[in-house]
Amino acid sequence: MKILLLAERPSVPFDSVLARIADALGESHIAVENAAGTIVVGALCATACALVGCFLLLRRMSLLGDALSHSVLAGVAGVYLINGSIDPIPMFLGALTAGIITAVATQFIHRTGSVPEDSSIGIVFTSLFAFGVVVVSQAKGVHLDLDCVLFGDLAFAGMNFRPVGGWLIPEAVFTLVPTLVMTVAFLALCWKELKLTSFDPTHAATMGFSVPLIHYLMTTAVAMVTVSAMEVVGLLVVALLTVPACIARMLTDRMGRMLWIAVLSGLSCTTLGYFLALRWNSSAAGLSAVVAGVELFVAVLVAPRYGLLGRVRRSLRLRIRIAAEDVLAGLFRRMERAGSVVSESVAECRSLAGGGLAAHIAVRWLGQRGLLLTSNGMAQLSDKGQRYAQGLVRSHRLWESWLDQNFALPPDHLHDPAEAMEHFIGPEVQRQLEDDLDRPSSDPHGREIPGAPDVRASETNRP
Amino acid sequence: MTLLTQTNLVLIGTVLLGITAGLVGTFAYLRRQSLAGDVIAHSALPGLCLAFLITESRSVIVLLAGALITGVFGACMMAVLRRVSRLREDAVLGTVLSIAYGLGIALTRVIQNHYRDEQGADLESFIIGRAATMLVGDVVQIGIAAAACSFAVLLVFKEFKLLSFDESFCRIQGWPATGLDLLLMFLTAVTVIAGLPAVGVVLTAALLIIPAAAARFWTDRLSGMMWIAAFIGGVSGATGTLLSAKLNAMPTGPLVVLTAAAFFVVSWMFAPQRGWLWNRGASREELASAAEEIISGQQTSAAEAGT
Repeated sequence: MKILLLAERPSVPFDSVLARIADALGESHIAVENAAGTIVVGALCATACALVGCFLLLRRMSLLGDALSHSVLAGVAGVYLINGSIDPIPMFLGALTAGIITAVATQFIHRTGSVPEDSSIGIVFTSLFAFGVVVVSQAKGVHLDLDCVLFGDLAFAGMNFRPVGGWLIPEAVFTLVPTLVMTVAFLALCWKELKLTSFDPTHAATMGFSVPLIHYLMTTAVAMVTVSAMEVVGLLVVALLTVPACIARMLTDRMGRMLWIAVLSGLSCTTLGYFLALRWNSSAAGLSAVVAGVELFVAVLVAPRYGLLGRVRRSLRLRIRIAAEDVLAGLFRRMERAGSVVSESVAECRSLAGGGLAAHIAVRWLGQRGLLLTSNGMAQLSDKGQRYAQGLVRSHRLWESWLDQNFALPPDHLHDPAEAMEHFIGPEVQRQLEDDLDRPSSDPHGREIPGAPDVRASETNRP
Repeated sequence: MTLLTQTNLVLIGTVLLGITAGLVGTFAYLRRQSLAGDVIAHSALPGLCLAFLITESRSVIVLLAGALITGVFGACMMAVLRRVSRLREDAVLGTVLSIAYGLGIALTRVIQNHYRDEQGADLESFIIGRAATMLVGDVVQIGIAAAACSFAVLLVFKEFKLLSFDESFCRIQGWPATGLDLLLMFLTAVTVIAGLPAVGVVLTAALLIIPAAAARFWTDRLSGMMWIAAFIGGVSGATGTLLSAKLNAMPTGPLVVLTAAAFFVVSWMFAPQRGWLWNRGASREELASAAEEIISGQQTSAAEAGT
């Protein structure tokens, strides 16, 4: 790196803003400039990787990113063997070629040798990487840095400035910006085709789109992004390709939104990773991957629809609702038999719902909502509770009648399915069943089907 | 004593390792778990670092014990993610692998900066593999671990065979299929971890995949495949170690992998029945005979239609 005298050192863009930040934080101007450079470089990497990573994920090709990042070293090494120099442009082209060769060779071995695809990926990239390491370890006197590939060097990339037209710009920006522009242009131009071939390749093929062409364009884009990002984050480019896309996949079902979320999470990973690295004196690329891992963990836990907690919560709520409805329907049947409102002990109510914790909570909840009136350990249905229960029993008996009419089932096979279905039949379906059955008055067991309650208890919020 | 030089001992260790990797790899390959080895290897890196940070020990065995713990933990995380998230196999592999590797790199940096002049380089040699740095005692212990794995595979050969080819039948017969799967995963982990000092984090999975994939070209019999894979693994281990000892600056791992890759290319090209060259000839003949059949079939049906 050339040492520039302070007087002739050109300034970085936005230097006045950065200087103000530096003064506010009490840091040296150079440190803040380096930090800004690193954050910009990291952000460019993360954005490009997240965008193509989403498509890799949807096409089940996430491992290709892993493979490409390893074989890039072979391309660089190959160019060095042929050329003997480390000019950036031939190196870049060599790495790109190696990336494309990896993708093609993987498919070729998979097809011609009937080797499973994951194994063929494993064979190709480890062999190419081994070749790269051997060549690099022999490259004496030339700066071919294996450590940079293995560890990534985000912090260094951010302070490796190059003076251009009176400004100091981080070197990596000159490869990353064109890569990002080309990636975005490719995604924008082929958006529809990419979406179609990712979700339904057969349909795309019958519509006349060339699926292989899109596939190879995509692979080239991934290779390009991987090669430019490798300079900065090394093998950890895999983390930036895979993890933000996974986080986005956990959070949304919409393609456009997925890209945005992936980009945002990628940006937060590299930025946070860099600050943590400053603090712990560690590798920024490594910690970016760790931050990504933490984000993914949180997403897997709390994602609204697909998250673990949400799913557990929904299934618990359903269980409690079913238990509560079992209590109501059970009390209603006893009331029918007795001809008047009956009081049962709370323990008896719980056993109507099969006992256990769910029944306990269900009975408590019924009391709180005013569906069940409890006093001194005894419970009876309130008016509201009776209406709710009437709807349930009506659903149950209508379903039994409908099953009896449409399927040749023995009478003792009608109750169990109806017991399950009664929780999911609303007033609308009740009306349809009733019309379909010509307004029956009794169920197959001869019991009366209660009429529709004035207001179905759906007005009461379900738990 | 002249025979038991450092190189010869390391040689015995890597040959044993290669043989084990061939045997275990055969089943990993058939169960489509080849890349699980890669994930385990990458998850081992944080374990190496943590073991060093906690014990401050330089003993390879202590570090590898740490590696085994996080390696197995990585494999478990993979299973958990596969079950609870909506992510597919490839994404799960890539995710666990890259996060573990990132953590490992971050810890390696911390150690390097902390112990600047002492033993930072030790951990680095685990990433690419440098058999020459191993001590005699370490080699012996790793060799024993590898031999134990080989023995275990031979012991449960029949059960693994059943599991690999017909999992449902294996379950119906009353074998603990999940337990066998876990055993296979554990053996994979031990093999991978034992290979770390010689072959390194990034490449050790290749030792599981390549010999098995190469052996598959030569035979349709499981026992044959196992012995061929073991042979290829052993020879690759030996060649890599010898070359690395002869060419001083070269790390062992890549040389072992390149030797195995050469075996693979030869098998893929020249093996009878399944090889590429054989099939190029065969497929042309088959095409010709198939075309002939179709034409003659059409002629007879045309003749039938005519009458």
